[in-house]
Amino acid sequence: MGQQAINGIFLGRIYALFAVGYTLVFGVLDIINLAHQAIFMLGAFCALVLVGELHLSIAVAFPIAVLFSGALGILLDRIAFRPLRGRAYSNMSGLISSIAVATLFEAIALQFFGPDTSRFPFGTFPERPLRLGGAVVSTLQLCIVAISVVLMVVLTYLLRRTRLGRQIRAVAESPRAARILGIDVDRVIAASFFISSALGGAAGVLFALAFNSLSPDIGRSVELKGLAVIILGGMGSVPGAVIAGFAIGLIEVFTVAKLGSSYRDAVSFAVLFLVLLIRPRGLLGRVALREA
Amino acid sequence: MHRLIELVVLAAPVSFAAYGADVVKVGAALSMTGAAAVYGTAQKNGIQAAVDDVNQSGSLKPLRVEAVFDDDGSKKEQGINVFQKFINQTKVSAIIGPTLSTTATAADPIAQQSKVPVLAISNTAPTGITDIGDYIWRDSLTEAQVIPGAIKKAHARLGFKTAGVLYGNDDVFTKAGYDVMKKALESEGVQILETQTFAKPDRDFNAQLTALKSKNPGILVVSALADNAASIVTQARQLGYSGPMLGGNGFNSPAFIKNAGSAAEGVLVGTAWNSSSQDAANQAFLKSMRERGVSPDQFTAQAYSGVLIIAEAIKKAGMKGGREDIKAGFAKVRDLPTPLGKFSFTPARDAQHDPSVQQVKGGKFEILQ
Repeated sequence: MGQQAINGIFLGRIYALFAVGYTLVFGVLDIINLAHQAIFMLGAFCALVLVGELHLSIAVAFPIAVLFSGALGILLDRIAFRPLRGRAYSNMSGLISSIAVATLFEAIALQFFGPDTSRFPFGTFPERPLRLGGAVVSTLQLCIVAISVVLMVVLTYLLRRTRLGRQIRAVAESPRAARILGIDVDRVIAASFFISSALGGAAGVLFALAFNSLSPDIGRSVELKGLAVIILGGMGSVPGAVIAGFAIGLIEVFTVAKLGSSYRDAVSFAVLFLVLLIRPRGLLGRVALREA
Repeated sequence: MHRLIELVVLAAPVSFAAYGADVVKVGAALSMTGAAAVYGTAQKNGIQAAVDDVNQSGSLKPLRVEAVFDDDGSKKEQGINVFQKFINQTKVSAIIGPTLSTTATAADPIAQQSKVPVLAISNTAPTGITDIGDYIWRDSLTEAQVIPGAIKKAHARLGFKTAGVLYGNDDVFTKAGYDVMKKALESEGVQILETQTFAKPDRDFNAQLTALKSKNPGILVVSALADNAASIVTQARQLGYSGPMLGGNGFNSPAFIKNAGSAAEGVLVGTAWNSSSQDAANQAFLKSMRERGVSPDQFTAQAYSGVLIIAEAIKKAGMKGGREDIKAGFAKVRDLPTPLGKFSFTPARDAQHDPSVQQVKGGKFEILQ
């Protein structure tokens, strides 16, 4: 029981980290960025190359991979979203062009890394199992939880207390009003993509480290979970995504353990459905007021 | 211009050799990408080596065998497309593959309908493959033939009384493996304490493994493909499970050991290929693979044997390489020396030879004597 709760919390942290990036871009742009999962994957591969080929320590490789993912986010904005901005139905066309970029990124990864599962070299992260009563927690798991908590705190601070955060929230509220007030909207959007993708890349590296497997299609396994998390949490709500990440992680783990893996997604999505029946805007979503 | 002339001159002798003699085309539908890519690559190496060896030996003169490779993507739909291309465009005499049983259940009926003989070299689901029809044959032992032997031997050695079972329930092969494991454990009098399942795209097996570990089973028995197998074994050890583990055919790959590392140590796996066999046919195979710098596994051996069996069928048919000739020839293959041992088909067109058990020791598979 204790072990399963740990498994769930751990999985939930990774889902939350992934979903926060999704929800941030949604909050600012009203667009679901379906290339987020491809950045998740490329971030992980970036860290793998740094550790495996250049023999850097993971402590160095992790921040580089996170920055690399952020840069990819800016690139993504430039090629998939910015050219469409201001045109009619740009939400829908942006969604489609983000699928195109995701396919492109996956094809690039396939070309470079092949379809086989790769993994980080043994001993990339010193693993010492710690006993907590009857349960086992590895130092890696603790670190992953710690890193994701730190990233969330930094993100919250950034959005609430800094000038950039205020600008992001202003653009989320109304890009037009923000522009009139002298905010460089394109720059703020690029910054949101940077932050969102950096978090997505961080989630990718942690996921690949935690489960020792990495392949170009790895993002697909979290893509739908990420969507479920942001819908459950309330579209555009960062704290909502954090709570929903935990919820989905725990639900999944206990479903697998008690009912069998075939029901894993069925139960998660059934819960999502029920919550939406009762609270159509999700756990922490607000109706007219959006927040980033 | 210079380059062009050079190219033409270089290409000429090759094309004469290929089309001057009578060529028997064999289509190989293999999983070069997707979940089963590790096996497909091993198989391609085996087939190419065997084709070269057979042609070099001149045993089929005046015929030559040519292998045409295509990727089934580990998917049913793509497997069907490749089969149709082989049958209608490439006009092959026989098809080797596809890699996965799941794909075979979808693609083989097309070959059966078009009366093109298929030799499966890695389909191990006990039913639903050769049952498709009289044009479908295989040289791979089924899970039903390999696993009971492995479990019996492991039981005799380790004397466990209880077991936990984990299997992939979205794949014909891993599901079939589970059915056989369950039966074999029961017939050895081993009590199954807990059964858990997963799906091919899963990466996180902590929930299942935690549930299994909490029952304290004497052995963990797993039916999974190599990619999942490595993650399962690694995560089981991370969760502090220290008992023995036994895997199905999916574990049978150096890729499993590479990705699982030290977690793979001691894992038991049933196998159709005894890598340490001193038989001349096996030694010749090992030598051929060494020359190519390939480290062979069971799938390479089965693929290599597949080409030998087709060559033998052509011989038995009186040096004729048509579709019907090869099918008729298959029925006459008896005790053919192959890397797998002396090979014959059963009346149900399945493979017949002795299985072995291997254990991971020092990062390598070693035959458990």
